[in-house]
Amino acid sequence: MAEASRPLVRVQGLKRYFDVSAPLLNRLLEGQPRLTLRAVDGVDFTINRGETFSIVGESGCGKSTVARLIVGLYRPTAGVIEFDGADMSGFRSRKEMAPLRRRQQMIFQDPYASLNPRWRVRDIIAEPIRAFRLIDGNAAIVARTDELLRQVGLAPADGDKYPHEFSGGQRQRISIARALASQPEFLICDEPTSALDVSVQAQILNLMKDLQRELKLTYLFISHNLAVVYHISDHVAVMYLGRIAELAPTRVLFSRPRHPYTRMLLDTIPDLAMTGRQRNPVAGEVPNPINPPTGCGFHPRCPFANERCKIERPEPLPARGDAPGSAALVACHGVEEGRLPDDVRPLNAA
Amino acid sequence: MTALAAKLRSALDSDLFFSFRHSPATVAAAVTVLVFLLGAGLAPWIAPHNTYEVVTLNLSDAFLPPAWTESGKASFLLGTDDQGRDVLSTIMLGARVSLMVGFAAVLFAATLGITLGLVSGYVGGLVDAAIMRVADVMLSFPAVLIALLIDGIARGVLPRDLHSRISIYVLIAAIGLSTWVQYARTVRATTMVEKSKEYVMAARVIGLHPALIMLRHVLPNVLGPVLVIATIGLAIAVLTEATLSFLGVGVPPTQPSLGTLIRVGNNFLYSGEWWMTIFPALALVVLVLSVNLLGDWLRDALNPKLR
Repeated sequence: MAEASRPLVRVQGLKRYFDVSAPLLNRLLEGQPRLTLRAVDGVDFTINRGETFSIVGESGCGKSTVARLIVGLYRPTAGVIEFDGADMSGFRSRKEMAPLRRRQQMIFQDPYASLNPRWRVRDIIAEPIRAFRLIDGNAAIVARTDELLRQVGLAPADGDKYPHEFSGGQRQRISIARALASQPEFLICDEPTSALDVSVQAQILNLMKDLQRELKLTYLFISHNLAVVYHISDHVAVMYLGRIAELAPTRVLFSRPRHPYTRMLLDTIPDLAMTGRQRNPVAGEVPNPINPPTGCGFHPRCPFANERCKIERPEPLPARGDAPGSAALVACHGVEEGRLPDDVRPLNAA
Repeated sequence: MTALAAKLRSALDSDLFFSFRHSPATVAAAVTVLVFLLGAGLAPWIAPHNTYEVVTLNLSDAFLPPAWTESGKASFLLGTDDQGRDVLSTIMLGARVSLMVGFAAVLFAATLGITLGLVSGYVGGLVDAAIMRVADVMLSFPAVLIALLIDGIARGVLPRDLHSRISIYVLIAAIGLSTWVQYARTVRATTMVEKSKEYVMAARVIGLHPALIMLRHVLPNVLGPVLVIATIGLAIAVLTEATLSFLGVGVPPTQPSLGTLIRVGNNFLYSGEWWMTIFPALALVVLVLSVNLLGDWLRDALNPKLR
């Protein structure tokens, strides 16, 4: 019982800084200071088994860095990443990581770069199987790759082709087949549909939803497309400048956005049945994460900002007025003080 | 068998073969190189005379001009040298030595350069900095100077008879060590591009050992430019070998290469026996030019921006 109720992934105080200083010689000669880019600056969330957890945000807000941290491509500067109760930052060697790596796989953004152009599709899909020694014998591996190809809607005969013989959507299916090959529980999807045509996006999203039901997968879904996120997620975290601005169940976030940044993002979704509400274009740009604003990172763009917002950094706090257990976490002084007008929107197929 | 035929057909249908067929200079160069490879490779069997079997030599045949001149003999097409050796045969055997040294030096330089370039580009950081500074130092000296230096050290360190036995390997090492930098730099640059691509990331997510990722994923994708450098590198290696042999530090006189032939013939140039140096030199020029033309074509044909 405890096994089932424990969240699959727990992230706490996660930080990742990048050193983007000029080379040593330039720093010495030109007196340039050391520069750090705070890509992820203190992020907490949990992902439950079988759900889809989405992170949205503009370019450069750190959402892809979070994905790469969780999958172990980067080491965190600080913080804890727990996968099924085991702290991943505690592992030092590749060998120790291997059992966990089998259980989590990644789907990438660019279907033209994520498949090795010199490999046949069958070998690409079989790579995790061979790497983890899951199946012995070539015939058995071929049978398994055939099954995987069928599972993602391709023909077993496609296994003998090279990636360049496929379209973007088909390549993304191959990418998904590779990710499924090691029978993982947790898939990290880094903008898996943003490089695809809208019609193909829907196909891939539906495939992912079907696979989730069939194989009881848990997704971490990274996207900048709110319509896609609305379609697929159970929980949504809105990231801004390396921090979470608002974290809420999908229906709560889309029907009652609290954080001014979330409201601004939702305003940008095109809507056929415009209810006459004034639509505001996205104002301003994301500030430079090397030199972020003081206090709340959003205050230079926020219409509700006051003095406190410029000085004190807001922490994520449960919002008032939600059902207990499904409350939104909002990092905003204005929401906390109750000085923001309520913003209730009709839920539509965004 | 049908699989082989299908493979052949797809090779003949490829863009590469199309651009090959439509470039007459390249076809001519390829034919020339092929003639050289066959002539040199099969020289011990097809050369008209066995010039290094002393008993077959006849000093009365010495200094014969080419066959088409008045005093030439039909059996010595390109004339003979001071020992009565057939120049055509010495060229065939000399080209054999030259090409052997060239191929071995390219193989050595490419292996060394690709390995160091892969490691440098993939690992980065201090390892990269160290390897690249060594490369920079190597690059700041002319290749012939480095080869002279290495050969000179080998001559000083090794006993005389040992050195003359292994001098051909010293030569290969000298040429290889002076040309690996090009491979390393090219491979490093391509590796750094490939490394950041998502298919490499996918392999890292699986948790493959870095050496395996370099070997299986990165290496096949960086070999295109290496092929071009290796082709042009062959021409350069043959030329470097000729230069060293011309200077007298290359292969031993018992195994003359094209460079040795040119040097020996050069002594007789002013006394009128021009064929002894002109023909080996012509052979060298034609060989190097053809290989270079092939390399240039390959560079253009494999460059997606020029298609």
